[in-house]
Amino acid sequence: MPRTMHLAAHFPGVNATTVWADPRSRSQIDFSSFVHLARTAERGKFDFFFLAEGLRLREHNGRVHDLDVVGRPESLTVLNALAAVTERLGLAATVNATFNEPYELARRLATLDHLSEGRAAWNVVTSSDAFTGENFRRGGYLDRADRYNRAAEFVATARELWDSWTPDGESRPFAHDGEQFTISGEFTVPRSPQGHPVVIQAGDSSEGREFAASAADIIFTRHGTLDAGRIFYADVKARLAAYGRQPDDLKIMPGVTVVVGDTDAEAQEQAYEIRRQQVSPQNAILAAEQLWGTDLSAYDPDGPLPEIDPVIDSGLVKGRVLHGDPFAVVARWREIAAAKGLSLRQTVIETTTRQSFIGSPQTVAAELTAFVDERAADGFILVPHLTPGGLDDFVDRVVPLLQESGAFRSEYSGSTLRSHLGLAEPVWKG
Amino acid sequence: MSARTPLHLAAEIGGPPHYDAGHYLRLARLAEGGALDYVTLGDSFARPGLDALAVLARVAPATDRIGLVPTVTTTHTEPFHVSSAVASLDWVSNGRAGWHADVSTTEAEARLFGRRSAAPPAALWQEAGEVADVSARLWDSWEDDAEIRDTATGRFIDRDKLHYVDFEGSTFSVRGPAIVPRPPQGRPVTVIDATSAPARAAAARHADVVHIRATTPEQAAAVREELRAGAAAHGRDPDALRVLVALTVDLGDVETAPEPGLESGPQLAGRGTYFRGGPVDLADLIAQWHRAGAADGFHLTPITPERDLERIVNGTVALLQHRSLFRTFHPGGTLREHLGLVRPASRYAAPKAAAASSASSKEA
Ligand SMILES: Cc1cc2nc3c(=O)[nH]c(=O)nc-3n(C[C@H](O)[C@H](O)[C@H](O)COP(=O)(O)O)c2cc1C
Repeated sequence: MPRTMHLAAHFPGVNATTVWADPRSRSQIDFSSFVHLARTAERGKFDFFFLAEGLRLREHNGRVHDLDVVGRPESLTVLNALAAVTERLGLAATVNATFNEPYELARRLATLDHLSEGRAAWNVVTSSDAFTGENFRRGGYLDRADRYNRAAEFVATARELWDSWTPDGESRPFAHDGEQFTISGEFTVPRSPQGHPVVIQAGDSSEGREFAASAADIIFTRHGTLDAGRIFYADVKARLAAYGRQPDDLKIMPGVTVVVGDTDAEAQEQAYEIRRQQVSPQNAILAAEQLWGTDLSAYDPDGPLPEIDPVIDSGLVKGRVLHGDPFAVVARWREIAAAKGLSLRQTVIETTTRQSFIGSPQTVAAELTAFVDERAADGFILVPHLTPGGLDDFVDRVVPLLQESGAFRSEYSGSTLRSHLGLAEPVWKG
Repeated sequence: MSARTPLHLAAEIGGPPHYDAGHYLRLARLAEGGALDYVTLGDSFARPGLDALAVLARVAPATDRIGLVPTVTTTHTEPFHVSSAVASLDWVSNGRAGWHADVSTTEAEARLFGRRSAAPPAALWQEAGEVADVSARLWDSWEDDAEIRDTATGRFIDRDKLHYVDFEGSTFSVRGPAIVPRPPQGRPVTVIDATSAPARAAAARHADVVHIRATTPEQAAAVREELRAGAAAHGRDPDALRVLVALTVDLGDVETAPEPGLESGPQLAGRGTYFRGGPVDLADLIAQWHRAGAADGFHLTPITPERDLERIVNGTVALLQHRSLFRTFHPGGTLREHLGLVRPASRYAAPKAAAASSASSKEA
């Protein structure tokens, strides 16, 4: 019997995965697109639906980045509306802990939990830079230690607020006096159906993992390969004991992409075609500029790689998280291009966007199952490349196979997100 | 004002707090059945209750036409978040959103945030006006046709149609552009209760709809004129302002009361003008005041929404409809359409496009 997995649907957009130029691509902003994907996820008995957030439009070379999808509605408002058109699906909002205040956000999250009858989740992100701060009163930059200090105290404070009403509906005054927040008064919302909304943490650094181990129910990660996943999984689960928590108390869910075809070969072809769509000639130059940190508009995407060295901390890219040492990545690109005789665009296609699971429904189901069985993950946040139909195939063709083998639920057994995830209701600390 | 100006009606659906969607949904549907312009849902950090904007977002997909106007306070919430949330309510309701801007005056509310201490109303309303201003700018910061999906050049947007707002207020600044594309109504409807003097100044400058308190039609007409003059002084078109008399309504359980009428006095402080009578009496009062040119309409706050809203819709509104004084269905889909307000062009759009809408070019 395979280990059962958890599945979530990530609404596409504002990333390099989403293909907006495909004729099947629909509005990124109309509510109907959100309804379509949420209903697809609920039809597939998914654990939850997930919305990302960005509080400043991304910039490239001092101008708003225009090659990817830009713009989206605010998460919590959309999820409250989706609560009206779904019944069981969990509803997860990404909301920044740096540019919000505990009282107000705890209230908004508890409200979603009430209005959805126990389906709310909060993805705590800590992105903070002076660039995003320009949209907010508090402004300013926090270094990594500071933003996790703030996030940890933020979550702890929110939990105090969620616990401030007794389970039988009596409001009690609260007072929190900490390094980050000194607040007191009465919370306006009774304890919500899940006790506390589910807490997700997205952030891969050691500080991020530690924070997740201490305070989160789910960790959303980028570790999409089996080997990287197993190392990450072991590392994070090992951190739990120090907080008196069990391995099952924190679910590890990498964000992954899936391409399903009739046969493995057909899926591989489709996958390559999707990557070509994702890496337009303009996007190839852009990806290279992000890596090199300098203007490469004079280069031909169908020509060879630039021969210059990357520029560190050039400030060319704003509002994005950068990964890895640019010199090492450039060296790897050069190796691949030389070995396979690839152009700049082909190199980008080859290196940056390979989908995580590609194959026939049987292949994809087997690989997802193995991933979970081998403890590289407890489940997956699926990131489709098309809005809003990008998970139709997965739900119609892969989910039934997972259900047949017992790797995924055939029916919801409970009505709250905590029950889907097998998480206990938090003990009330009045 | 001509007696033929369309009558606008709105109702508050708040009251003692409920923590489930069903209660608010029933009331919003009831108001929608009466073809009301909008429902409001009051909110404050100072007393129990769910986040009002969230509740109306939950109501949106389960209703079709009714305008949805939550109270949103500007004192402790980041202006950028205010603008994004209201724009998003407009998206999920397909153009039916407004917001009732309000301030948080108490020390108790300030302690919930621990960021600043309580300030006098004049300063808070100055700031609320600035929040309304920056919100409108953020809603304009994407021109309507900014999304181009141009496959030839690989561009999803034309970034020349996205604009920094670079707003410098007295207590905050915002760079922009918005993270939410321009909402369906262009600018969701801004509602301000102009009972207090500092709120009245903000209303004349920034509101699309103003709620006022008055005990006689003459008094209402005078306040309305003052607001219209104030709007004109700010370079706005006074005809783009809707002034609604706010009444707290106790319909009791008879059709007509022995001595129907208005009261206003210290015992009612904070609730404004208080109407006691039957649904028929209320219809008579609304008809009279409207005929006298006192206001563009009424915002009714039933003291017991579960009981009185039903009597307002099936009694008062039905009678006004029967007398052809109020619409029987919503001919338009958006709140601006219900209110007879044009959809403003973005102030940042090229002059040619802006000139197409005279109302907005005056405002810009
Ligand atoms: C899988 C994943 C998804 C993320 N999604 C968001 C997001 O939607 N919005 C956001 O502002 N930050 C997002 N982040 C950024 C994190 O909150 C954090 O700022 C970033 O990972 C840097 O922190 P770290 O150094 O601990 O990794 C995401 C991070 C990861 C790993």
